[in-house]
Amino acid sequence: MSVDTATVKKVASLARIAITDADAERLAPELNNILGWIEQLGEVDTASVEPMTAVIPNKLRLRDDVVNDGDIREAVLANAPAGEHGFFTVPKVIE
Amino acid sequence: MTQITDLGVAALRDGIRTGEFSAREVADAFIVRVSQARQLNAFIVETPEHAIAAAREADAARAAGETLKPLAGVPIGMKDLFCTKGVQTTAASHMLEGFKPEYESTVSQKLWDAGAGMLGKLNLDQFAMGSSNETSYFGNVISPWRRQDGGNAPLAPGGSSGGSSSAISARLCPAATGTDTGGSIRQPAAFTGIAGIKPTYGRCSRWGVVAFASSLDQAGPMARDVRDCAIMLEAMAGFDAKDATSLQLDVPKWEQGLNPDLRGKKVGIPKEYRVDAMPGEIEALWQQGIDWLKDAGAEIVEVSLPHTKYALPAYYIIAPAEASSNLARYDGVRYGMRELPEGANLQEMYAATRAAGFGPEVQRRILIGTYVLSAGFYDAYYTQAQKVRTLIARDFERAWLDCDLLLTPTAPSAAFALGEKSADPLAMYLNDVFTVPSSLAGIPAMSVPGGLDKDGLPLGLQIIGKPLDEQGVLNASLAIEQRAGFTARPGQWW
Repeated sequence: MSVDTATVKKVASLARIAITDADAERLAPELNNILGWIEQLGEVDTASVEPMTAVIPNKLRLRDDVVNDGDIREAVLANAPAGEHGFFTVPKVIE
Repeated sequence: MTQITDLGVAALRDGIRTGEFSAREVADAFIVRVSQARQLNAFIVETPEHAIAAAREADAARAAGETLKPLAGVPIGMKDLFCTKGVQTTAASHMLEGFKPEYESTVSQKLWDAGAGMLGKLNLDQFAMGSSNETSYFGNVISPWRRQDGGNAPLAPGGSSGGSSSAISARLCPAATGTDTGGSIRQPAAFTGIAGIKPTYGRCSRWGVVAFASSLDQAGPMARDVRDCAIMLEAMAGFDAKDATSLQLDVPKWEQGLNPDLRGKKVGIPKEYRVDAMPGEIEALWQQGIDWLKDAGAEIVEVSLPHTKYALPAYYIIAPAEASSNLARYDGVRYGMRELPEGANLQEMYAATRAAGFGPEVQRRILIGTYVLSAGFYDAYYTQAQKVRTLIARDFERAWLDCDLLLTPTAPSAAFALGEKSADPLAMYLNDVFTVPSSLAGIPAMSVPGGLDKDGLPLGLQIIGKPLDEQGVLNASLAIEQRAGFTARPGQWW
């Protein structure tokens, strides 16, 4: 499996990272080098193996269905790059 | 006379308790030392006022005749991956520059509750992604160690907890927190001649720790000896309802349980860890470690962990996959930086923010993670890696039928020079070859200094234990520590 610059651009778009054509040219061989090395995993016979879901057996806990947090609007917004009237603000989404 | 800053956690704690020195004297001594070592770039932010406040509290408690808390007046360093309320927390990234959390991570809160004070936030590889501390937005951390070859090449302190390792070995703090995803506590400890333990996954809460790969991330202590690590770990560990994978178990009295007598213990030597191109000195140190453990009463057995060679490739699928998901939260909306080019729409703002806020290694791992999780490749890469992870965990379970602990080198080399491996991501990844398997299996593992190489640089030995057997790991590490008699320290050139 080999990724070309078009694939790199598609993946970057999925990851929401803006890259230039020059970035894509640079990244394609880098990623191919890493992916080529990773591909040795294909030689392991895992036909009868379950994928790991938890490293240490641990029963998921349930808590009471009650409100235990909230009323901290100022704290939630304190680190926002932009906010108004108690909301996060973003560029206009709907024309 | 011994300087205060040469003392470790236990000696500081005990000296404050007996009144040999005041907590304020301790805090002041370390604050000065930190301020004189800025060349090492170990700290991103210094917080002398935090350390002084803890010292005042300890001195007041002692004056009032109260029982002192377990770490009363002991100043420590906090890896800048732990959220600290009101104190900038960056994960060494531009993305989080200026971010001041409105909350405190569980682990740091536990340390403050135990009476510790904070000297500052320690530099690291950006989002803990790296093995040399060269990916920090705030510049490389420099190891206080130098090769005894006449050159003064700046050396890597290891990574990702390189600020922690550099600061502890330079005596800027007696102990620090680290986090370990694939070796980020143990490899930097080995590179700088200090000790560090990654406990069983789930021992220390991940709440408030900037997430990298959640199924692997585990906090742990770094300090100059085994006892100090045990004391720190006792303060850091414990159940936390806010972390779904936190283990609901009591915290053992690890310090009290320390015992270097290994009679009746079997220590396995995994034959697959004899990798090609391992320096002879590391091979020799490993043999020395075997002899030390025998001397401590342990029986040595050879064991096999057949899937060892697949651990690294599996790790470099699983960790980037989880990172690509975890780091999706940095969108320029809720916290962290925002890059908004003129006229950009929302999607373009996300992409511009993430391009500007993440460094090259972080971007590389997000792209790898996005690729291996994308439609059509998910099963071939991610599912296969998680199956291989099952096999790696099974290898350890089988080994435990024949032994109680494993002994290996911590890293395949001594510290390398800054810039030596940074051009080749793959060469850097291979430095984690001995630490990654135990991370994938979630089991406790510790690095302890074993000796020096021909250039006078520290080499570490690693003890790996069964799930929840931190005591066994600490005890075997203590047996090595007592026999290694490691007293070397870097010269003060800064």
